[in-house]
Amino acid sequence: MATASEVHHTALTLTDHLPILQILIPFCTAPLIVFIGSKSLAWPMAFISSLLSLIIATTLLISVSDGSYISYKLGGWVPPVGIEYRVDATNAFILFLIAATATVVLPFALKSVNHEVPKRNHTLFYACFMLCITGLMGVVITGDAFNVFVFLEISSLSTYVLVSQGSHRDKRALTAAYNYLIMGTIGATFFVIGIGFLYMTTGTLNMADMADRLRGQGDNRTVQAAFAFIVVGMGLKAAMYPLHLWLPAAYKFAPSAVTTLLAATATKVAIYVIIRFMFTVFQPDYVFNTNILTWIIGPLAIFAMFAASLIAVFQTNFKRMLAYSSIAQIGYMMLGVAMFSTTGLTATLVHMFNHGITKAALFMGVGALMLRIGTTFYDRISGMGRAMPLTGAAIVIGGLSLIGVPGTAGFISKWMLVQAAFEQHLWWLALIIVASSLLAVIYVWRLVEVLYLQKPNSDVTLKEAPMLIVAPMWVAAIACLYFGLDTRFILDAAATAAEGLMAGSAGMAEFSTATSIAATDH
Amino acid sequence: MELSTLIFASMLLPTLAMFTNLIFAKQSNLRDSITFAAALATFAVVVCIALKVGNVTSPKHVLFEVFPNVPIAFNVEPLGLLFGLVASGLWIVTHVYAIGYMRGNNESHHARFFGCFSGAIAAALGIAWSSNMFTLFLYYEILTISTYPLVVHKGTPEAIRGARTYLGILLGTSIALQLTAVIWTYAATNTLDFELGGILRDSTLSPTLVPVLLALYAFGIGKAALMPFHRWLPAAMVAPTPVSALLHAVAVVKAGVFTMLKVGIYIFGIDFLAETGSSEWLMWIAAYTIVASSVIAMQQDNLKKRLAYSTVSQLSYITLGMALATQMGALGGGLHIATHAMGKITLFMCAGAIYVATHKTEISQMTGLGRTMPITFMAFGVGALSIIGLPPLGGSWSKWYLMIGAADAHQQIMIAVLMISSLLNVAYLMPIIGRGFYRDDATNPYSGVREAPVFCWLPPAATAFGCLVLFFFAGRIIDFLMPITGIVP
Repeated sequence: MATASEVHHTALTLTDHLPILQILIPFCTAPLIVFIGSKSLAWPMAFISSLLSLIIATTLLISVSDGSYISYKLGGWVPPVGIEYRVDATNAFILFLIAATATVVLPFALKSVNHEVPKRNHTLFYACFMLCITGLMGVVITGDAFNVFVFLEISSLSTYVLVSQGSHRDKRALTAAYNYLIMGTIGATFFVIGIGFLYMTTGTLNMADMADRLRGQGDNRTVQAAFAFIVVGMGLKAAMYPLHLWLPAAYKFAPSAVTTLLAATATKVAIYVIIRFMFTVFQPDYVFNTNILTWIIGPLAIFAMFAASLIAVFQTNFKRMLAYSSIAQIGYMMLGVAMFSTTGLTATLVHMFNHGITKAALFMGVGALMLRIGTTFYDRISGMGRAMPLTGAAIVIGGLSLIGVPGTAGFISKWMLVQAAFEQHLWWLALIIVASSLLAVIYVWRLVEVLYLQKPNSDVTLKEAPMLIVAPMWVAAIACLYFGLDTRFILDAAATAAEGLMAGSAGMAEFSTATSIAATDH
Repeated sequence: MELSTLIFASMLLPTLAMFTNLIFAKQSNLRDSITFAAALATFAVVVCIALKVGNVTSPKHVLFEVFPNVPIAFNVEPLGLLFGLVASGLWIVTHVYAIGYMRGNNESHHARFFGCFSGAIAAALGIAWSSNMFTLFLYYEILTISTYPLVVHKGTPEAIRGARTYLGILLGTSIALQLTAVIWTYAATNTLDFELGGILRDSTLSPTLVPVLLALYAFGIGKAALMPFHRWLPAAMVAPTPVSALLHAVAVVKAGVFTMLKVGIYIFGIDFLAETGSSEWLMWIAAYTIVASSVIAMQQDNLKKRLAYSTVSQLSYITLGMALATQMGALGGGLHIATHAMGKITLFMCAGAIYVATHKTEISQMTGLGRTMPITFMAFGVGALSIIGLPPLGGSWSKWYLMIGAADAHQQIMIAVLMISSLLNVAYLMPIIGRGFYRDDATNPYSGVREAPVFCWLPPAATAFGCLVLFFFAGRIIDFLMPITGIVP
């Protein structure tokens, strides 16, 4: 019930309503695009809407970067009765990643989608695109467990549609989308079962409230089952090894713009949900006592790092190679979680961002090659580095960041991860991390040789991609370099977020202090 | 001018040259003149730095912080200054030589070649001025990547294979081992700054792990070509000769041993190494590399391959100097950076001149060539004698100091190793000259003197003269380097 003071607080200033506007703007743009139904207006509306989202996300990120949080009560209903949107350092960070990716990908999509998706589907395509972003941001911003599921379904359903749009070029996109639909639905179902169990035990759906009531329920079988269902369900959505089977085909057959958006954001959002539930709802201590990190998540992450990288080495298609590399990189992120320390979590969060921009640059490179050649098989794109110098150079920069060469964003995350390993005196783990990145050297360099050292195919149009494709690609490529050197923004935001997470639900209510980190840091 | 301005100018000039090469790709004369001017200016700037700073360690210029307490920062200290002078000074000579070689040999892609070349020099200077291990590592990797296009230049299957080995070993060792070592150091000390006397003494690192950390560094610095990670150097010989000359006799390999010395002197500290005895095993590996690669060099018929294995052997002199953990050893190692660079660049440029003039690569084909190309072969002879270490040439002094260093460390076997190595040097270098001058070949199609173009023989003649000059200036260099030993003169 809204008390007088709260009514006063939710007075009509625009800044107070930023959390809901973050969701409402793309959410309302989607039906608007369909109702107006103009093919030429669809793109501008989507772009303006994502630009507004980016501005809001940036404002939110700045206002919570000191470790505070913003709680927004939907309709003025106080949680746990009403739905609460809660923005803290962790999710403001992810919101920013999603909004920024959308804003960079859309200019790229203009040409790329024209080429890959039939004209008659454009309005629906951009509507789905906006819905997908709405869903992803909703999952991240909400403080309500059931609301996570709702937004998850919004984003998933629109993603299935977006993936299937690749069918104009290759009919296999339909089976890929169908596979993804089945797997994604199983994941979402598992997740909602988990939420159901939690609701059964606690009688609440608000995350903070849930966290409070779960305290001391560690031995409760229902809670344990809920934990298992949630981790497995979201693991499926996150393509956590060995639940990754939907990913390569979905990435490969989806239109390039969709692949870029998915690779940069969708799996990261699922990882965010895992982290949020593990650390905020279930509490770090509970997760630690289940031993799941040490015995299941950790080993699987290491296995993913090697197995998926090895598969990537033997791919003969650029797009598919990137898909397997994504699975390996998700392994790095999960390893950071499994290390269960502030530095480890920082590494995960930093890598979510850095890998996002890296993969965005690379997949836009794929899109440029797609536009000119129509496929990304190595024997068809050979020698294209010389014909398309700007695309080639951007792909090389992205590739270097994927390896983790110093001066690139990928290096920063690798450094944090290795440092986290050393902090816990796991020197063997440090060696494993760097050894696995050698596999990245192999698969990236194989691509570089194909692009630069092999004879070009004579029957392809040897022209650089249009500026609308090259410019967004270079924005991402320059971001890869910039965030490899200037780490202030990214490391501070991630460290603040990680500290908050390691402090458990205490970190949610009020910001943690250095002492509470020391207490949970193993 | 401010010192920081000079430091940045020295790195900026070659970087600008890299871009002008790409912009003026078609106007070859303009492009090469601009690069030449940039090379002169870069050297002038480095000389200015030398005159301004002398042999003291300048304060740090911090650009910005990347990790807590780990900034991108630069400063000038004697060892880096020596490396900077060598790299930028020899760039001028090599650039002149490269113009002659690339045109005389009708090589393609000049703009890319000279562009990457300039980029590599910028990276080498970045390494020279780095004031912490992080900055050094950053430039170390930039150097690897900017030289890859140079190694793969010819684009032949052989070049691609060679470049793969090159990149694989250099990137592999640096990411897998050196990066681990750097982060471990940071985790143990919470700093990566280069400090005289080392930073590990007061760290949390347990004494038993010090040799392990040293091993990660020693093998991780793949550019120092310590066996068994030396294969990239012979593999990189597929590159055009100017690349082999500057990058694989001077900038890249010297960046490796320079890093090795920096790690020994400023991360571990010579005294710390001596007290803990952590570097004793490294001494043996270095000694093995010295002898083994000399033996391999003897069996190579390809001139550049032979020189490559000779480089592998000579680089380990410097690693040995660090591993001896004595002041004289470190000084000898530092001096060897300069003397070996001067000697080996002469040899490589001569090999290239022979190739340009006659297209011969195998030593067995060079019978009687000395009479055809007397200047080239005389320069080769001087360079060879300097590498062997005979007075009155520069190489004799560095070997002398290394031997004193070995004696200080009571390692008589190491003195023997250095002597055996000299004999082996004689055995694989002198026959080339003997074959050139003293054996006649009836099938030699050339009669009379027929040198390579002037741009190809003048630079090696100049560096051969440089070997002679170094003999008389070695004392100055030793005085100059004295502060790195911690002795206040």
